[in-house]
Parts: sequence; structure tokens; C-alpha cells
Amino acid sequence: MATKAFQKIYTKITQITKATCSLKATGIGYDELASVNGRLAQVVKIAGDEVTLQVFAGTEGIPTNAEVTFMGKAPTLKVGEQLAGRFFNAYGDPIDGGPSIDGKEVEIGGPSVNPVRREQPSELIATGIAGIDLNNTLVTGQKIPFFADPDQPFNQVMALVALRAESDKIILGGMGMTNDDYLFFKNTFSNAGALDRIVSFINTTEGPSVERLLIPDMSLTAAEYFAVEKHEKVLVLLTDMTNYADALAIVSNRMDQIPSKDSMPGSIYSDLAKIYEKAVQFPDGGSITIIAVTTLSGGDITHAVPDNTGYITEGQLYLRRDSDIGKVIVDPFRSLSRLKQLVTGKKTRQDHPQVMNAAVRLYADAANAKTKLENGFDLTDYDNRALSFAKDYSEKLLAIDVNLNTEEMLDVAWSLFAEYFTPAEVNIKQELVNKFWKN
Amino acid sequence: MATKGIVKGIVSNLVTLEVNGPVSQNEICFISVAGVKLMAEVIKVIGQNAFAQVFESTRGMKVGDEAEFEGHLLEVTLGPGMLSRNYDGLQNDLDKMDGVFLRRGQYTFALDNDRLWAFKPFATAGDTVEAGHWLGEVDENFQPHKIMVPFVFEGKYTVKSIVGEGEYTINDTIAVLTSEDGRDVPVNMIQKWPVKKAIEKYVEKPRPFKLLETGVRTIDTVNPIVEGGTGFIPGPFGTGKTVMQHAISKQAEADIVVIAACGERANEVVEIFAEFPHLVDPHTGRKLMERTIIIANTSNMPVAAREASVYTAMTISEYYRSMGLKVLLMADSTSRWAQALREMSNRLEELPGPDAFPMDLSAIIANFYARAGFVKLYNGATGSVTFIGTVSPAGGNLKEPVTENTKKVARCFYALEQERADRKRYPAINPIDSYSKYLEYPEFQEYIAEHVSPSWIEKVNEIKTRMLRGKEISEQINILGDDGVPVDYHITFWKSELIDFVILQQDAFDEIDAVTPLERQEFMLDQVVNVCRTEFRFDTFIEVMDFFKNLINVFKQMNYSEYKSEKFNEFVQQANELIKNKATIN
Repeated sequence: MATKAFQKIYTKITQITKATCSLKATGIGYDELASVNGRLAQVVKIAGDEVTLQVFAGTEGIPTNAEVTFMGKAPTLKVGEQLAGRFFNAYGDPIDGGPSIDGKEVEIGGPSVNPVRREQPSELIATGIAGIDLNNTLVTGQKIPFFADPDQPFNQVMALVALRAESDKIILGGMGMTNDDYLFFKNTFSNAGALDRIVSFINTTEGPSVERLLIPDMSLTAAEYFAVEKHEKVLVLLTDMTNYADALAIVSNRMDQIPSKDSMPGSIYSDLAKIYEKAVQFPDGGSITIIAVTTLSGGDITHAVPDNTGYITEGQLYLRRDSDIGKVIVDPFRSLSRLKQLVTGKKTRQDHPQVMNAAVRLYADAANAKTKLENGFDLTDYDNRALSFAKDYSEKLLAIDVNLNTEEMLDVAWSLFAEYFTPAEVNIKQELVNKFWKN
Repeated sequence: MATKGIVKGIVSNLVTLEVNGPVSQNEICFISVAGVKLMAEVIKVIGQNAFAQVFESTRGMKVGDEAEFEGHLLEVTLGPGMLSRNYDGLQNDLDKMDGVFLRRGQYTFALDNDRLWAFKPFATAGDTVEAGHWLGEVDENFQPHKIMVPFVFEGKYTVKSIVGEGEYTINDTIAVLTSEDGRDVPVNMIQKWPVKKAIEKYVEKPRPFKLLETGVRTIDTVNPIVEGGTGFIPGPFGTGKTVMQHAISKQAEADIVVIAACGERANEVVEIFAEFPHLVDPHTGRKLMERTIIIANTSNMPVAAREASVYTAMTISEYYRSMGLKVLLMADSTSRWAQALREMSNRLEELPGPDAFPMDLSAIIANFYARAGFVKLYNGATGSVTFIGTVSPAGGNLKEPVTENTKKVARCFYALEQERADRKRYPAINPIDSYSKYLEYPEFQEYIAEHVSPSWIEKVNEIKTRMLRGKEISEQINILGDDGVPVDYHITFWKSELIDFVILQQDAFDEIDAVTPLERQEFMLDQVVNVCRTEFRFDTFIEVMDFFKNLINVFKQMNYSEYKSEKFNEFVQQANELIKNKATIN
């Protein structure tokens, strides 16, 4: 960043930690941006004339006589139609060799939407994946993460969802993404011919970790531009939010804050909520939908990051490898879309909610039967039927390679019910049984 | 002269102010940042330095920015016109704000200055009155909204004059009161009250005893809550806390419902905004929104205001209670409130208690729950604030400070359970761990015997015991196998499954099943207890399973049908025949 002539240059840093440095300065605003020997930094604490800066790229090699200038503004992004099809770093600078963006400069991490000005989400996002559309239907304006172990194919599923969902723009926020994954997304979108509706903000594992803190706000500022000004349906993909949280923990640790659960800062809930709550349905048709990834360590969802995320987001999706069919499925037990009842049975066929619940209940019976089998007990006839049902259900509906429309999914479910059970065992409202039971 | 302050330090929303005069703890001040005044509350004072938590983002604030102290604590404005409004945590009217996005420093008036209210006086000149006494009433959304002597008035007053029946705005003087020392004080329909202080203008606070009907069977039948009672709903995410809260707030037989959305999802509040104006109160036939006040401080709104929001909601509830109304206050979630306390305590660099929460968390929670209650007013009327809070325990582990401290003070415990939710047994309230202390109150037992049935409590206790027995047997079956236990065990187990499927489980999204009026609950309980008390004869456990699956299916169809309709009666008939065929004749 070029220094302007009238800017005061400070050259006396009084304290340096791994992520922050402090100096004496006056007239500085909270949250203001600064440049420390050319590295971008932000004011995180002011005590009298001592200002503490968080240096995004880290403080390695910063000398006590580094040149510090303040920019008089919080971090910003230039927004405009030209964002589409471009790749940027955490600061919003192009990394694809293209020209810089000439547009309106807006502060990132802007204010929240007044809740009374929001619209209730009501538009279904069809993905063709029955594990999602049938059991955990997504709605525009929703925020939902994949809870996944690092070895699961969440990025592939997310890319698939992004391409199948009918959105006007897709914003990809990559935090601590491996270069391979970054190229995977780039190639997938480019092969699908979708590049012109994609905007990417990428911090790869090669970049400094604290830089990641800017990625969600950058992505969502771009999303807000398209949703508010252009009334577009925007899908934001954030991967991986656990890396974001880790960066938060690093900074809070450097600032001597008392950690709460799992060494995360006490404000982790608010920090994550500020990001996820940017998901919104506007009355004039624009919307921001957030699909994120939270990687788990060893499937532990009680860790502070997935736990707080679960309380903020509108459901969560789990992937699991089903050894019976040798495919990855969307786990029907633990996955949940909280907004599904806004569309199931309303925007979809009336039998949707009951079919969905009945199928999962029967699948649970199969899980019980399996436990019995493993414990060496005899199975009843019902147990055996439940097990066969579960296998078919997994193969024909839960597997992530399924691509059907919702009516087809429901019909498949009814066929499976009729194949293995009696109406009394399926336990669905009589009028629906009369209408849809396949004889 | 008002005290002024100068900004000396900033860490997130904690600001250090050097003050030039007296300040009090929790005093409100406004800090000017680039021409915008931001509201803040003093939370600590050391020497000339006052530490204030700002209710907004402090972006751009500078050392040297000026603050002005207001000389009062955080207050709410009380008066007619609060029903159907949507407030933020500081009681700003959200609908009056401009633009799609919240702008910091935008504070809007809680009431309507211009609206005319039809006032009916109760008091007459010469009456002796005290704070909280009713001077008259106006009709607010068909609720009798009492205009009271302001709560801050001390001692006795004589009514010097009071206006006649007619239409007045909230700012018009409706009465002039003379104090004991001869001062004349004009009174209008507005009064202010500091939110962190309880409104205690009542004669006594007896133990609550009247059932508060919610239409949720697992509450009303199994673990009832009472008017003026306290309850809490802890549960991991995804177990249905919010659905539960919404069901209660829609269906509860209360005059006023205050919903504090405290640090939760904005879309959940939007759901209320979208649905309540259309939904009908099952008890009065009026629109739900007419009796509802929403305090929305969603998770992306400023953290300090989140702490204030539950107090704002409680104070408004107490205000309506002083009018002799039944108020239900729902707070979702008290854990977010506790986390807001934790964030501030952390910034103040206080020594942390368990899980980094402030040391006085238990006292704060206890004081808050103590503000609920059933009260007798000066004129013999009664009012109540029933409080139900949700708790979001970290990692679903109930051994964490917020859950543990709440458990000490709340009388009803509705434990949402992951395992039940995974099996789609909604509402996922664990029937064995959950409790209602009110079932043990003799006052409550008497009330139920008189208003519902003398055998009700006995039956409720019976199904609870049966659920426990059923669970024990299911564990034995898991260890020993279906064949490893006598057929009788299967019968006992399936009887508990019947209770679970027919009484405990309820489909919150089915139009009919969502609400079960008490009369219907009584009928279903009788039916189910009747089956439980019947002796059956079966040869194999498979027969037991088939029989009960069939029976459960018929009972569930009953739950889905309109009460006492032809279809309903047919299912009752069907069930009776099934039972008759397999029952042993004694």
C-alpha cells in the first residue's frame, strides 16, 4: 500500500509478540487498519497512547524500528460486478493475475440486518442428493455446515451442491485450504462452465494463519453486495471454519485472554455467530445462503468449535461411509436441517414430512437389529426385513451419488415401504397411506 | 451538572473512561464517536476510571472521545402499546428503525406518542394510593391494561384529581397525586423502571399452584408447570429446544407472552414475526401476535445488549403482572446470556470461575429466576410471571455451570436428550430424568383434584413408574436377548412404549396433534392407563410386539384425528376391540 504524503509515520515499536505489536500513537480509531513495514495490521486494543496491532501476516522479522502508518479506516473491499469470476487473497487483492477491481469501497464486517426486515426463508434449494433434499432439505437464506472428519469428501459434496443449486453467484471462502483443494474447486467450477458466477477469497495453508480471519468477512461483504444491490441468490461456501476458529484462538492467546473451553476464546460463540448470521433472505428476492465446513477431530462434536457452530447454524450435515454398500452417505440420524419444515410438505409433496420421518425411524430399527445381530442374538422376521430395507434405503436414497427430484425420492421411499413392511409397521397417517401406498 | 468522561482505552466493547465527577455502578452514558452517540453501561469503577460496556460496535472510537453520563441506570419505558411490538435488547422499537441494516447509535422510542387510548378511571379524587395501585385502565389489544401509580413513588399519595372517561395519549396527564408532604405530582400513562431491579409492588408471593396449560402432553400430563412457576429446558443442539419453546409460546394459556430471543438465530425470530400474526390463540380465538411481545437480541447483535435483553423482558413481564395478568416469559437461551457475562468478565480481567464464567454466575441466575412468581396484589387480584428458559449446554454435557446453577433454582426440568432426538422421538424430553417439583406441592395436588380429576396425579405417577420399568427391561433385553426374558417382560416393556408413543411423543408440525387441550389429555391418559392395567395373554414375544405395534398405530391415528370426531371415535372403537381380543378375562 502506498503511503500518502500527509500520513504520520511511526518508527518506534515498544512490544512484539508472535501476532501483535504495540507502539505509542494518538488519534487512532478502534478497528483501524495499519501497515507495519508493508504488512497489513489492525488495531485490537488501545490503552491511553499505547496501541496494539494484530499483524495479519505474522510478526516474523518485524524490527522495533518498523515503519507504521495508520490508514484511518477499517478493512474494506471494493465491490462491483467485476468481482465475478475472480480469485482474491484475504485482503481482497487479485491472485489470478487479473486487474484490480474498480468499484465501491465498503467496510467489511458491516452491521447486521434488522431482524424485522428479514423475510422468512421459503425457497427450496434442490441438490438432487436425497440425503439432503429428502431428509434435510435446504432453504435459501439458511446457514448449515458439514461436520466432517478431514478425510471425508466434504469439498467434493460441497462443490456438487454448489453447482446443482440454482444460485446466481457462488462465493468461495477458503481458509487454510490446501493448494490441491483450491485447484480442485477451480477446476471443478471451470469444467462446469460456472466460473463466471464464482468469486473466490482464498487463504491457502501456505498463507499466514491470522490472515484467515479476514476471509469470511471478505466473502460475505461480496455476498451482501450481490444480494442487496443486485437482488441475487448468493451461495457462500466457507471451508474450513475450524481453521478460522484456530486463528481466533491464536490471536486471543497472544493477547493474554483467558481461554474458555478447548483453548478457544470466551467470545467464540459471538465470533462465529457474526459470520453465520449474515445468511439472510431479503424481501426483494436477494438471499445469502451459507454452506460451511467444520472439520472435527475424531468425530468429536462436543469440541468447542462444532459445538458452538451447532448452536448457531440451522442444522448440520454429516457424511459417513456405509460399509454395507461401500459408499459415502449423508447420515440420516445426526444430520438435520432446521428450516426444512418451511418447505417440506409445502413446496414439496404433502407426504414428504411423514415419509421422511418414517423412513428414518425404520432405519433406526435396522440399526437396533444390527446391534442384536452383532451381540449374537436371534433376529425376528421384522428385524430381517428392517435390515434389508436399510440396505436398499442407503443405496437408493442416502448415497451421495443419487441424483433425483423430490417426487422421485418419495416414490422410491414408498416402494421400499411396500416391499418390506405393512402399513401398520410404517405408522403413517392413514389418509397418506390410502393415497400413496404401493400395492 | 452531569458528569462527563473522556475515552482512555478500548478493548473490543469495553471502554475505559476518565470521569470528572460522580458516577454510579451500572449508570448509563453515551459516548460520541464521529458524531454518533453510543450507549454504554458502567460496570466497574477504579479511582477516576469508569469501565463501561458499550452496547454497540466500537469501531472507529478514539482516545479522547467524549462521554456524557445520564444519572440513571438502564431503564425501560412502560406504558400501553407494548403488545405486538418487536424490541431489541434495549427496548428500541425495531420496526421504527430505517433501512435494512441496523445502524449503530439509532435508538427508537418504545411506545407510540400519538395514539389515543380509551381510558376508564378506577380511582376517584380523595383516594389514598401507593405505587402500583390501579388508577384506571385502557384497552390494549383486548387486554385490560392498568394505568398504575408509578412504581418509583414512595409513601402514600392522595388523588387530587383524575380525568374522566375519554381518549388520551400516553403523555396526557390523567391524574394529579398529592404526596404526604403536600407536593402535587402529575401522572401520565408512562413510567420508567431500571431493568435490573425487580418490581415488587405486591402484597405476597405465595407458592404457585394453578396449572398453566401448554397443550404439550409431556409437560401438562407428565411434568406440569404452573402459573408463576419456573422451568428450564436444557439440551444439545438439534434436540428441539426451539420447536419446544415456540410450541409453548403459541399454545400456553397465558394473557401475555414475552419472548426473549437472547443471542439466538435471527431466522427463529423471523419465524415468529411471520407466523404469529396469522396464528390464532387457542384460548381466546384472537391473533397470537396481539398478546405477544418480542425482545430480539439475536446472536449477531451486540453482546452487551444481549445481557440487557433478558432483564428488559423480565421487567416488562413484571409490569404486566402488576396489572393482575398471567404472563409467560420465555428466554432462549440463558446460556447466551451467561456467555455475554463471561465475555465481559474476561475483558475486565476478573479471576474466572468454572469454565471461565464469572464467579457470581450462580447468584445472578438465582436472582433472575426469583423474579418469576405468582403474586397477590394490594386489591386481592393475582398475577403471575411464569418463566421458562432454555439452556444450551456446551457439548450437550449437563455438568456445566449454567445448567447446574439453573437446576438449583428452576422447579421444572425438561431434559432434552440426544438419543431420543436421534430416534425421532419428539419432543425429545427424557421422561425419566425430567421432573416437575410442582407435582409434589399439596396446593397443586388439591387444585388438580378439583379442576381435573382426583385420580389424575396417581395415574401420572403410575405412567412415570412404568416408563422407568420399561427402560430397565429394555436394558435387560439388550443384554439377555428377546428370548432371554419372560414374555411378561415384553408386555411390560411394550406398555411403556405405548405410553411413549401415545402420550409423550407429539407431532409439533401436525395441525391437530400439535395442541392437546387438557380434556383430551385426560381422555388419552385414561385410555393408556387402562391398557397398562389390563392383563394380556401372549405366547411369544413376537405376538406381543405385533399386538402393541398395531395398537400404537391405532392410538396414533387417534392423536391425528379431531377430538371426538367420527373418525376419532372409530379409532377408539378399533383400539377397544384389539384390547378385548387379547385381554385375559379375570
